[in-house]
Amino acid sequence: MIEFKNVDVVFGKQPERAIQLLDQGMSRSDILDKTGLTAAVRNASLSVAEGEICVLMGLSGSGKSSLLRTANGLNPITRGEVRLETDKGMQNFLALDEAEKRKVRMERITMVFQKFALMPWMTVAQNVAFGLEQKGLERSHINERVMHQLDLVGLTQWAKKRPSELSGGMQQRVGLARALAMETDIILMDEPFSALDPLIRNQLQDELLRLQDQLRKTVVFVSHDLDEALKLGNHIAIMKDGEIVQHDTPENIVLNPADDYVRNFVAHTNPVDVVKANALLRPLSELRTLDDEYCLSQRHDYWLNLGETSLKSSVRYGSKKHELQNWPPEKPIETLQKQPTLVHMNTLMKDVMEIRYHTGHGVLVVDQNKIVGYIGDKDIYHAMLGKLFEED
Amino acid sequence: MSLITEHKIPIGDWAEDLIDGLIAHSGDFFDYIAMSLEFLIQGLIDLLSSLHPLVFIVLVAAFAVWRLRHWGTPLFCALSLLLIWNLGYWQQTIETLSLVLFATGSCVLIGVPVGIAAAHRPLLYRFLRPILDLMQTIPTFVYLIPTLTLFGLGVVPGLISTIVFAIAAPIRLTYLGISEVPSELLEAGKAFGCTNRNLLVKVEIPAAMSSIRAGVTQCIMLSLSMVVIAALVGADGLGKPVVRALNTVDIAMGFEAGLAIVLVAIMLDRLSKSRHQ
Repeated sequence: MIEFKNVDVVFGKQPERAIQLLDQGMSRSDILDKTGLTAAVRNASLSVAEGEICVLMGLSGSGKSSLLRTANGLNPITRGEVRLETDKGMQNFLALDEAEKRKVRMERITMVFQKFALMPWMTVAQNVAFGLEQKGLERSHINERVMHQLDLVGLTQWAKKRPSELSGGMQQRVGLARALAMETDIILMDEPFSALDPLIRNQLQDELLRLQDQLRKTVVFVSHDLDEALKLGNHIAIMKDGEIVQHDTPENIVLNPADDYVRNFVAHTNPVDVVKANALLRPLSELRTLDDEYCLSQRHDYWLNLGETSLKSSVRYGSKKHELQNWPPEKPIETLQKQPTLVHMNTLMKDVMEIRYHTGHGVLVVDQNKIVGYIGDKDIYHAMLGKLFEED
Repeated sequence: MSLITEHKIPIGDWAEDLIDGLIAHSGDFFDYIAMSLEFLIQGLIDLLSSLHPLVFIVLVAAFAVWRLRHWGTPLFCALSLLLIWNLGYWQQTIETLSLVLFATGSCVLIGVPVGIAAAHRPLLYRFLRPILDLMQTIPTFVYLIPTLTLFGLGVVPGLISTIVFAIAAPIRLTYLGISEVPSELLEAGKAFGCTNRNLLVKVEIPAAMSSIRAGVTQCIMLSLSMVVIAALVGADGLGKPVVRALNTVDIAMGFEAGLAIVLVAIMLDRLSKSRHQ
């Protein structure tokens, strides 16, 4: 894992001069006018858990890259700490001496760059081997790892080509392979896909998710593209003028924006691709009960009867009793019966909506074989419009 | 007006005093340098002269084929050398080549590290820049005089003047190449655990290589352009017959020696460029 603690980054001569002004809450432009210093990041705290992708998201100049680059010392920190796992437990990266920092860079943390940053005079294979050579590994061991990484990103046949002979997407795959070859647990990605055209970008995002499924790295990913952030991030930290304004799950960013800035940001996002059943549902505990029945909708006289297992439960609609059905994600929605459906917590909102429309019934959400909540029209409209509606 | 012309500022005298002082105090030191350099360059001349012209021509052609991977330039080199041999300027050509190679070698050995240091230290470059400008703009004849008095007549003052004149090119182009290495390559190097030394050897120098190579090519050409001037202070080589032809108004000899210099220049230019350029 990696932790940023109250990080300030100020660029310019004698950056300490800005600290007091930062504490006084002076704005960026005022600090620039007064001292000529650029306060790139102010008081940013962020913790990225092991195995998750955290996306730092913001417009250009919001300080997201500056914050990322403090993690491996490419940018200096004016005040604050970056803590990461080393041989000696969690340590403040800045407090390490040069040799230890170098060791951390080779063993703990690696990076993928926006403009690929491949050495143009080296072949693809030599580029992938670059970091491994700094580590001083044996030749045969290096070759083995390089071939393995190239295989992982599908570039085995291109090993002997120069980067300039490859397309942008392939070059960034080389960049990715070079980083993965280091076998570090943390990977920093500085807008790695923004120099690519949309089709290739999408492909590489999918590939990153596929690799992440296998490798479970801790990834700090910088992006200015909200769709990318929502697609990749387990968490998203939205930055504005050097500050983190909201650090949350993608669903919460879309459903509960912390302020107007974030609200504007997500205004044009379609929640159906982002929000999942677990964020939509109303938990059973919040439903009214009457004679062992949970009230799903008073107006429609719609009730849930819990059984021993989720599938043995039933729904009563007026006087008519309905059995429940499971929806495994691979099953086409058109083949579902006209009856209430059980879906998993991770089901996307668009699938929930389609099931709701097709079956004519509400959707029940299951976690570990237990019904945990209900999604009705009200919940769907809420997510779409960001407003709460009173029922009945 | 007379106020200005009345008392001449003795700049010239100061310069002379400086040189006289240098000779008085460290004359032995300069003698020693002159002897060592003469020994080295004479060794190079002897080595190259020991080869039979035919062997030399074959070696040059083979080198050209290996380096350029085509047949035009090697053929041109072989024919040019055969012509020079035929005209009777073989020994002088060897002497000139030795002088050029030696001067270029020295320039690269000194200039490339200085260029790298200047790229890393902006202050050093600010200090160096006017000196480099000075070295390239002062007429070469002017610093021929002090080098002549310090090192005596012969090949050494010619060599020193050549180095002074030509060294600015590798320094400048190395500086340019190193300071224009894309910052993302430096960041990548650092992020993947390069030490400062590795960063220089594995990232900066390879990235600046084409610029450094251009500096070396320029350096060769500048050295060659000093051949005639070096002959004025007694350096052997193709400059000698040119100077002699000038003194005796010998059109034939002047033309032949001039032609030989041009041929050598074209050869060196083609051979010092790599096949990608």
